Amino acid sequence: MAKDSIRIISPNGHLGFAPTKEESFYLGAATKPDYYCCDSGSDDIGPVPLGADKCASHPAHQYHDLELMLLKAREQGVPMIIGSAGDTGTNSRVDMYVGFIKDMAKKHNLPPFKLAYFYSEVDKEYLRNKMNNGEKIEGLDGRCDLTIEELDKTERIVAVAGVHPFIKALEMGADVIIGGRTSDACVFAAPAIYEGIPENMAYYTGKVLECASFCCEPYGAKESVIGTVTKDDVKVTAMAPFQRCTPASVAGHAMYERTNPYYEYVAGGMMDMSNCVYEQYDEKTCRITGAEFVPIDGKVKVKLEGSGFVGYRYMGMAGIRDPYTIKNIDKVLEWAKSQVKERRPDDWYEISYRVFGKNGVMGDLEPIKETKSHELLVVVEGVAKTKEVAEEVALVGTRQIFYARLPEVKGTAGTAAFVMDEVVEMSPAYTWTMDHTVEVDDPLELFPITIIEIGE
Amino acid sequence: MATKKLVDLAKTIRSKNAGTDRITFDIIFREKENYELVKKSGALTKETVCRLYGIPESRIADFVEFDPALAIKFTINRLKPSGSFGEGDVFGCQQYPPLYDIEIPVED
Repeated sequence: MAKDSIRIISPNGHLGFAPTKEESFYLGAATKPDYYCCDSGSDDIGPVPLGADKCASHPAHQYHDLELMLLKAREQGVPMIIGSAGDTGTNSRVDMYVGFIKDMAKKHNLPPFKLAYFYSEVDKEYLRNKMNNGEKIEGLDGRCDLTIEELDKTERIVAVAGVHPFIKALEMGADVIIGGRTSDACVFAAPAIYEGIPENMAYYTGKVLECASFCCEPYGAKESVIGTVTKDDVKVTAMAPFQRCTPASVAGHAMYERTNPYYEYVAGGMMDMSNCVYEQYDEKTCRITGAEFVPIDGKVKVKLEGSGFVGYRYMGMAGIRDPYTIKNIDKVLEWAKSQVKERRPDDWYEISYRVFGKNGVMGDLEPIKETKSHELLVVVEGVAKTKEVAEEVALVGTRQIFYARLPEVKGTAGTAAFVMDEVVEMSPAYTWTMDHTVEVDDPLELFPITIIEIGE
Repeated sequence: MATKKLVDLAKTIRSKNAGTDRITFDIIFREKENYELVKKSGALTKETVCRLYGIPESRIADFVEFDPALAIKFTINRLKPSGSFGEGDVFGCQQYPPLYDIEIPVED
């Protein structure tokens, strides 16, 4: 028997990235929502965490946010659902969150419950076979279809799940679900669909809840919101005492982080928000109607994210105060680059200079061409296939700013100031090699689910 | 004709990643009059944005007026994916400030 309405709490737009604010979470939990759902990942964080298989968030924050949700969900005996475990949703990050949940169950002596988790990493050979069979791995956002060369350059791939593995896990009786990489909205759409809410409103509910208080005003992240969804509408309510959900704040959020404000694609179809109507329902609540979901015609297309290793990376920094040197900064950097080349004529490396005070933030997009700053900070990065070369590239590329040969320089004892006269090893450089889709016969085939009993 | 700066008319001016390869810009207004004023002014268009940022029109992936949010939104293609070696803004969130100074003609 389908329920008439479902209430879902969203405590954080990216669980663990910065800690959930407790006051609004507890105010929301006191209203006893039907589901505790949260997305924990993003491709916003760049390609390094996926490539290096590590988190961008701090484990203490992840633990804190999961613990808040787990304790309240288990106290009420309602499901808790997490998508994109550990920022990237790789298998190791799913295992890490499963470990956290087990640890909490023990620590708080929780009565037994069922934990389901699914992986989302994709084996390169799976894609290679498809490509060898003539199947296209279609590029998104103007990217070309995947080539074998790009595939070979890729270190790690995750598939982005839709609602399917979550619904399956709920059908299996899961009390807690830890998901691999997931489309944010599907973490919330899945339980709504499972409870019998039509897809039109279920997906939009996910859209509006995925970033928690980003759909509220005034601006304030990491506060809880609650969505109440029926077959005809969704009402989203701010839980923080200082926030409200208004037509302006909710409509404004609907276009956040996307190319187009009307459409969003997930595995299985497209959300169409072009006929959405937003109205103030009560002081803290906005009501939305008119959302649509258009199921895909044909096979389900699953998005793939891939990150490839570029090289080891070192970084140096140089401060410049001499106005003559500032005026000639381009020449100074050319000099430093030439000195790196002289040292490493035959090795592959790249060197990057970002000059803060000139155009360090915006690079070529910076419209202000004339540097007016009285001081500059040059951030130097060197990347190479070995650590040894990368270190030397960054070191020479930084230190030679100090030795720059300008014809009329008066400061002949050094033309750069160093916070520290050393270069530091950074995470290796990676790049997004894949932002593509693959067609699948079964939307579950890339997301194997395991269910275990906790606390037995 | 008198002008006002966009920063004085809009409630929100922001930029952010839209996926790995694009940066999207949102200019959101509180008052419908200001939204309509900017929309009709011709001062915030594909062409003016390209001139301001010094990019060809081929880098504009989308430019849309979004009435439900009183917002003008455009999206540009990055030259390299976010977080690639040598890129300076992983989140794409500090690319909007040049929009502040766009001069919008207003009735005296």
